Amino acid sequence: MVDALEADIQAVVAGRLPLCFSRDRAGQELVAHTTREALLPLMLLLRDTPSLDFAQCMDICGVDWPGRPERFEVVYNLLSLTRNARLRVVVPADEVNPVPSVSALWPSATWFERECWDMYGVVFAGLTDLRRLLTDYGFEGHPLRKDFPLTGFVELRYDAEAGRVIQEPVKLTQDFRSFDFLSPWEAMTTLPGDEKVHLNRVEAPKPEAPKP
Amino acid sequence: MSASASPEAAATTTVEVDSHTINFGPQHPAAHGVLRLILEMKGEVVERADPHIGLLHRGTEKLIEHKTYIQALPYFDRLDYVSPMCMEHAFALATERLLGIQDDIPERAQYIRVMFSEITRVLNHLLNVTTYALDCGAITPALWGFEQREHLLEMYEMTSGSHYHANYFRPGGVAKDIPAQLPAKIEAWINAFPAFLADLEGLLTENRIFKQRTVDIGVMTAEQAIAWGFSGPCLRASGVPWDLRKSQPYDVYDRMEFDVPVGRHGDCYDRYLVRMQEMRQSLRIIQQCLAQMKPGPIKLPDHKITPPTRGEMKRSMEALIHHFKLYTEGYHVPEGATYTVVEAPKGEFGVYLVADGTNRPYRCKIRAPGYAHLQAMEALSKGHMLADAVAIIGSLDIVFGEIDR
Repeated sequence: MVDALEADIQAVVAGRLPLCFSRDRAGQELVAHTTREALLPLMLLLRDTPSLDFAQCMDICGVDWPGRPERFEVVYNLLSLTRNARLRVVVPADEVNPVPSVSALWPSATWFERECWDMYGVVFAGLTDLRRLLTDYGFEGHPLRKDFPLTGFVELRYDAEAGRVIQEPVKLTQDFRSFDFLSPWEAMTTLPGDEKVHLNRVEAPKPEAPKP
Repeated sequence: MSASASPEAAATTTVEVDSHTINFGPQHPAAHGVLRLILEMKGEVVERADPHIGLLHRGTEKLIEHKTYIQALPYFDRLDYVSPMCMEHAFALATERLLGIQDDIPERAQYIRVMFSEITRVLNHLLNVTTYALDCGAITPALWGFEQREHLLEMYEMTSGSHYHANYFRPGGVAKDIPAQLPAKIEAWINAFPAFLADLEGLLTENRIFKQRTVDIGVMTAEQAIAWGFSGPCLRASGVPWDLRKSQPYDVYDRMEFDVPVGRHGDCYDRYLVRMQEMRQSLRIIQQCLAQMKPGPIKLPDHKITPPTRGEMKRSMEALIHHFKLYTEGYHVPEGATYTVVEAPKGEFGVYLVADGTNRPYRCKIRAPGYAHLQAMEALSKGHMLADAVAIIGSLDIVFGEIDR
């Protein structure tokens, strides 16, 4: 099913757009990688080609990979009701260059893109309503970035003297504890002399690394 | 007006309607939680509706990134707190698929999960239908419905030990087996419940006031509903026969026989009718689960993923180590990503889970059905009266736990 979908999309795109595919979850989920410039024409093809008919944009979200040259990924999860198929479209992004908005194609994209801007600071070009959505009025920063601390920077409390809610820097009574389970001591799962344990163990198949 | 015949009356027919903005919520009882809706009114008519959400934002996705997979599961109860187990179901399935163990889940666990998903669906629809009727001025359904909900929550409590935050579905199965007296209790409830549904329908379905408040209010055509990302009962009310339990079945839904009720007009009234019929279909599924369920294990025997029994831990050193490692470090999930969906009572509930090979999710995006539905609020309520906006919110089945996350 995934192979047929990939072949159909390739046939429709016919090499006109930069596009490559990868599989997730042992080949059961199809992921299309493209560039920002090619996003809108690709999405238009995916939505309007009758044999594909990805009429629903169920979800858009960001993922932060601080180690990459373009640190964000914008992930679109599309659904075709007639084909009963799902497709994931992944576009790289960074803090500066805007990603074209698909809100003109699917009205449902508006809030998802606003949320993505709110949480990651990815700018969407052509989105008429680029306001924050989930965070507080007057919030600063983009909380789902990996370099944003879990505890945040400010906390709110009601100040009886001032007679209003005020913002203060976060004061923690106990330090935030995070245990590193990847230190070399704990990650040494094969002890010397214990190699035979791994002879019988079936390793989960590694998904192919996407190379857009 | 007839008075316009006289010249002096004609001079005074200019009616000035001022457009003004009102703040609906966040403490309005019909806002179903903490919705702040900015309504621009032209007289009594809604010109623009701008929902401000996020007042219940708790940073669930950020918190999950800092927790192990087992610790992340209870957060899902707290998303859509009206239908907790369906949320857990999505996360448990997503984790299982990334671990590659989705085909090894014991059959009994799958039946239990499907059965409780359907109990949860009734739980959710009972709350929605009755509070929706409350928004439209009917108080009795809410009083009756909450009594019925209590029976279902007792089943929750018997099984998981908790009324709401069950933490019962786990990657690899369920936390523990259902108590021996539960099937009889469910049977008794199934026998009594259709009479209640008939009573409820008797109060509402042909009720003139209820119909005046809901028929032809907030109409969504099928094309609009698809474009706005609708799913679940709201999509089916618009006439699209789409149900993930049928089209992309998970667990043992492919063995269940049930019908998918579909509406025709896509208005508030059809959304109510679809939910009423879905409750009857859920009863059928629960009955089939009880009939087909066989005794057996309820979780994967692999103790790298599911905890050993308390008895084993008292005798076996290895079981004790497994228990300790599982509840401190958890398990490492191989690299990969999945977008896993379930047909939650409100619609398509999806989890986009990215694993990077460590014991914590790298990214967990929660796709809440109510989020997409609320977004269409402006399209739905434009040109309607203020009171209709209340009926529309009720018919969309909004819960802020899942929208704000």
